[in-house]
Amino acid sequence: MGILEVKGVNKRFGGLQALGDVNLSVAENSVHAIIGPNGAGKSTLLNCLVGKLIPDTGSVMFDGQSVLGRSPHEINQMGISRVFQTPEIFGDLSVMENMMIPCFAKRDGSFEMKAFSPTLGEKDIVEHAEEVLVDMNMADKRNMNAASLSRGDKRRLEIGMCLAQNPRLLLLDEPTAGMARADTNNTIDLLKQIKDERDITIAIIEHDMHVVFSLAERITVLAQGTPLVEETPENIKGHPKVREAYLGEAQV
Amino acid sequence: MLGLNKNDMRLLLIVAAMVALAPIILNPFPESSAMAQFNAGYPDLMQRFVIFGIFAIGFNILFGLTGYLSFGHAAFLGAGSYAGMWMLKLLSINVIPAIIFSTFIAGLISLAIGWISLRRSGIYFSILTLAFAQMAFSLAASVLTPITGGETGLQTNLNDPRVLPSFLGGGASDGGNIPKPSLFGMEMTASFKLPVAGWEWTFNWGYYVCGVIMLVAFYVAIRVFRSPFGLMLRAVKSNQQRMSYTGLNTRPYMLACFVISGMYAGLAGGLMAAMDPQVGAERMQWTASGEVVLMTILGGIGTLIGPVLGAGLIKYFENIFSKINSSLLHEWFAFLPDGLEDFIVAIIYPFIGKGWHLTLGLMFMAVIIFLPGGLVELGQRIARRFGKGRTANATGETKPAE
Repeated sequence: MGILEVKGVNKRFGGLQALGDVNLSVAENSVHAIIGPNGAGKSTLLNCLVGKLIPDTGSVMFDGQSVLGRSPHEINQMGISRVFQTPEIFGDLSVMENMMIPCFAKRDGSFEMKAFSPTLGEKDIVEHAEEVLVDMNMADKRNMNAASLSRGDKRRLEIGMCLAQNPRLLLLDEPTAGMARADTNNTIDLLKQIKDERDITIAIIEHDMHVVFSLAERITVLAQGTPLVEETPENIKGHPKVREAYLGEAQV
Repeated sequence: MLGLNKNDMRLLLIVAAMVALAPIILNPFPESSAMAQFNAGYPDLMQRFVIFGIFAIGFNILFGLTGYLSFGHAAFLGAGSYAGMWMLKLLSINVIPAIIFSTFIAGLISLAIGWISLRRSGIYFSILTLAFAQMAFSLAASVLTPITGGETGLQTNLNDPRVLPSFLGGGASDGGNIPKPSLFGMEMTASFKLPVAGWEWTFNWGYYVCGVIMLVAFYVAIRVFRSPFGLMLRAVKSNQQRMSYTGLNTRPYMLACFVISGMYAGLAGGLMAAMDPQVGAERMQWTASGEVVLMTILGGIGTLIGPVLGAGLIKYFENIFSKINSSLLHEWFAFLPDGLEDFIVAIIYPFIGKGWHLTLGLMFMAVIIFLPGGLVELGQRIARRFGKGRTANATGETKPAE
């Protein structure tokens, strides 16, 4: 029994069957990659996991509880954090403030009315945020405006914000899309470090095979909304079905 | 001190000093001089400065922090005024119950309007709030006449019961006259005039009551800006998607903010009724909602002191600039040759008197284009130009322009 269990999920947009009978099991403390050609339904699947979309049929269970019908903030509070394809951060706020917000969300839940006490008086929050910034190697940038960070640093900040919540499952949606090679490698190193140091399950959607094969322990190949194969990276490389659907063009 | 950091405390003290000394600062010209009509230090106008200051401070908590532009805040202002008037009529001529009740009622109404309007954001939110405010205006002017007095409005009069005992401000009549709103016997209109050399300074009790309340409101706003709640509101403005995926529910944050902002408007409305016990539906009209938007933008969106400055500037223009007439202009330019004098007066005339809106409009455009940060940014630039060594901080630690 995995920490995330997707069973018989279907999602249809008008005449398009985006997801057809998807079954997926992500084992606890593993790194599970979901790959597939464009339009395979990877992002639709991810959106079904975080409450952005509701599947037509099927079930999505996280740690024995259904996530269906819950809103994104409720699902996050269950322990699922999401990293977006383009980094979603609070651009108008400082790096430190960016980091404090998830710390508040973790400690106080989805709503807490603290309108009269100074933010900087919350010593445990400030310390926690500071710690994560140091972990992320961003402590020197704490007073910078988040919008002025480089692409790689924005990604790093976003991942840090997710980790500050100590999630049980981290979902990454093409975390290296549009990145320079150096930034991509930095991100891979960061994710490897996270995987080694924490009890965390990572599910990653990715196009870049270099990233996938550097990180993943299990790989699910999605094509036309349906999982073709689920295998270890070694077995995926030579798999004839996968070659046919996807890797043939990518020349692995 | 008071839970504020050094800069905020200094700002609060500066504002407090300005409020305390306003009767002197706003009367820079001797009574007999030709410039005397630019003096703004008379009670009625000073009261308006601080009351609209409160209104704008509250509006800025919503607009400045979250970026949600409400076009319906006049509804809360008007509701506060009506609620306050009823307290003055039914309960007591003392202003305390009036302003408490007006704040409370405005809070309730903003809860209802916010509950619905906050289902949308951006322009749709603005339109919804505008629609509600116009509905409130129409209702106040027609259907709700028994409560609002319809087109004639609501005044205190001799038939009012005022049920509280007289030492708390009860009693219908004050020796046959309608009693004037007071604070434990001190009438709001009571003034103390102090002539010094050519000047005459008027210290008005009502103004100082409003001033102290504004300082409290300002202090609360600073605390809100610096609180975790304020941080969440700025997060709403910055990225709502990231906020929900960080496990935060934006709706209660927005609703709480909307209600706080509405309560500020209600407090301002209640004070208006307390200073001048009459209210009509026009207080709820959309132009009044637009005015507070202008004040906030002129002063500096999202800054602490900006809205207060903007409110002061607009009210100053409305009351002083509008009084200049053509004969006065002729008087000023009398030293010029006749033809030139007429020419200059003809050019200036459209911008003054009834044309003061034109000047305001031009000023507003100039601010939007050249000073998006409003008067506060102007102050910061001046401070930087004259190199005070210290850079003014982003929250409005600047020399107030008024």
